[in-house]
Amino acid sequence: MKKNRILAVLLSMCMAMTLLAACSGGSDETTAAATDAATEAAGGETEAAGADNGDAAGTASGTFKIGGIGPMTGDAAIYGNAVMNAAQIAVDEINAMGGIQFEFQPEDDEGDVEKSVNAYNTLKDWGMQLLLGTVTTDPAISVSAEANNDRMFMLTPSASSLDVIDGKDNVFQVCFTDPNQGSASAQYIAENGLATKVAVIYRNDDAYSTGIYNTFAQEAAELGLEIVYEGTFTADTATDFSVQLTGAQSAGAELVFLPIYYTPAAVILTQASTMGYSPIFFGVDGMDGILTAENFDPSLAEGVMLLTPFSADATDELTQHFVSEYESRYGETPNQFAADAYDAVYIMKAALEAAGCTGDMSAEEICEALVAVMPTISVDGVTGTGMVWSETGEVNKAPMAVIIENGTYVTP
Amino acid sequence: MVFLSYLISGLSLGSVYAIIALGYTMVYGIAKMLNFAHGDVIMVGGYICFIATTNLGLPVWLAVILSMAACTVLGVVIEGLAYKPLRQAPALAVLITAIGVSYFLQNAALLIWGANPKMFSPVVTGTLQLFDGQLTISYVSLLTIAACIVIMIALTLYINKSKMGKAMRAVSEDKGAAQLMGIHVNRTISTTFAIGSALAAVAGVLYCSFSPMLMPTTGSMPGIKAFTAAVFGGIGSIPGAFLGGILLGIIESLAKAYISTNMANSIVFAVLIVVLVVKPTGLLGKYVPEKV
Repeated sequence: MKKNRILAVLLSMCMAMTLLAACSGGSDETTAAATDAATEAAGGETEAAGADNGDAAGTASGTFKIGGIGPMTGDAAIYGNAVMNAAQIAVDEINAMGGIQFEFQPEDDEGDVEKSVNAYNTLKDWGMQLLLGTVTTDPAISVSAEANNDRMFMLTPSASSLDVIDGKDNVFQVCFTDPNQGSASAQYIAENGLATKVAVIYRNDDAYSTGIYNTFAQEAAELGLEIVYEGTFTADTATDFSVQLTGAQSAGAELVFLPIYYTPAAVILTQASTMGYSPIFFGVDGMDGILTAENFDPSLAEGVMLLTPFSADATDELTQHFVSEYESRYGETPNQFAADAYDAVYIMKAALEAAGCTGDMSAEEICEALVAVMPTISVDGVTGTGMVWSETGEVNKAPMAVIIENGTYVTP
Repeated sequence: MVFLSYLISGLSLGSVYAIIALGYTMVYGIAKMLNFAHGDVIMVGGYICFIATTNLGLPVWLAVILSMAACTVLGVVIEGLAYKPLRQAPALAVLITAIGVSYFLQNAALLIWGANPKMFSPVVTGTLQLFDGQLTISYVSLLTIAACIVIMIALTLYINKSKMGKAMRAVSEDKGAAQLMGIHVNRTISTTFAIGSALAAVAGVLYCSFSPMLMPTTGSMPGIKAFTAAVFGGIGSIPGAFLGGILLGIIESLAKAYISTNMANSIVFAVLIVVLVVKPTGLLGKYVPEKV
């Protein structure tokens, strides 16, 4: 099996080299050709759509092709599927309204960096003009670099690392950034007096997890929270946490902060329960989805707190409409990723309208137009009202903590 | 007290490694081949137990028996289809075939059960509180350690007392001579695979009870660790696999607790290298001079 790995590494290196070679060789020509094709295709689509609708009025018009990238299988499949499902709902709603039309094409990246870049190229061949994605952080860092080179407008619903938007003026986020989540978690814990002795278990080969951990640790020190135990793990060791949990327990931690995705979190909750250790578990947006993990016993997550900008039991009209639509189509309650994606499509619509884009514009033209308007628009969505963006691509909205009771999110 | 609880979690992890390592070492001892697909048989065992308990609603003991039976059949089929035709082929060809089988099993599992991780419900739940609740031991750990000891004793008795065990020892000493003495070599090797795979099923259920995330790649890491354990203890030696597995689990657990959670795997493999430099045949391995 070690041989497999070596082989896999060699093969992927070969692939990466051929990719690089292709890029450095005739990149200008290929992109130009691809864009031409895209424009032509889009133009054709616009005409067809125009014929259907009679007359597409308004400042923005025509059909825009949105590509979606996210893990629809694999570890983080719940996120990817939620994003694609919700985006589809938003696209259908917008298309039914008349006015600008969207065509949406999801691609699976399994949460893998290389597969994500491949998915991006597949979508470019399809004629994508706007990119919704990627869903997870590590692929988003690579894909955003490509999108920045190609001048493709990119709006990620959920990739929260600063590295995703850093130095890329055409990449925007719907979710909070990692620093934002880390400091907000520490503030919430301190303000509500949940604990003074805190343990953290985080994945230190993952940008998302370490990013949140770093700002959490900084903020915790300022607020007088004592981090009594730090446990780390990597992708290879995400199956056994008995040592980390024993460490946290013996250090007397009253609260365990888990800035990680829900799959290892589910293992942690299960193992803590078999050990008879029951502190408060506090997660961030990656914890979202734990209740829908296959065969996970929801009673294990009882009392788990998490920071999320979206709660499916909120009573405002927009949220209730979205939740009931999602439930009737897919038979499950939408999670925060779904909400982010639903908003993302509406944000794209708002930005396209503000910029007065038309469906026959090329991806580059749309990108430049949207980059100019993004800092000026304000959007009300299910993950917050009055969302605004900075020029760097960060969103500004208020976080909210929820607690899991009887298998659902409740606002404490 | 904390040390004791680290030690116990190491012991139970080590017991799982030991059970898997027994499969590696028996097959190596008798067929003189490294069955790299062994780790993936563990994964299949875990999935079958998962399906039996969660989807079919069978009781746990029946699910374990079912999963053992299925893995036994799988092991024998793999041996018959993939390894038997290569009996006279060079060792390298068999090794590559084993890697191919490992890939095949992982991808078949991906096709059948999908890539989404499944949460395995532990076969037993609950904890034992000792010293006024200062030391907590989960029943899963106790069960794992007990199962490992029982399997170890039963296997030693079987190899030393039964007729088939005698045949196995004979085949491992000298295949050609054993055949001349009227021992059915192919049948002996098949039996070895059957026993090894049944043990893999038990290991799969115990491993998943301990670490409840079940994926098509679940078997690969414990497979590598158990192979290490088998080499550590002296490949081909049954007490060696037992000792190697237990030591490996304890080293891993203590290294994680007292040195670094990141370095734990590196430390485990570093210890292996040191042992092999000092004692190339492993802790309990015998040096057998090759006659030319």
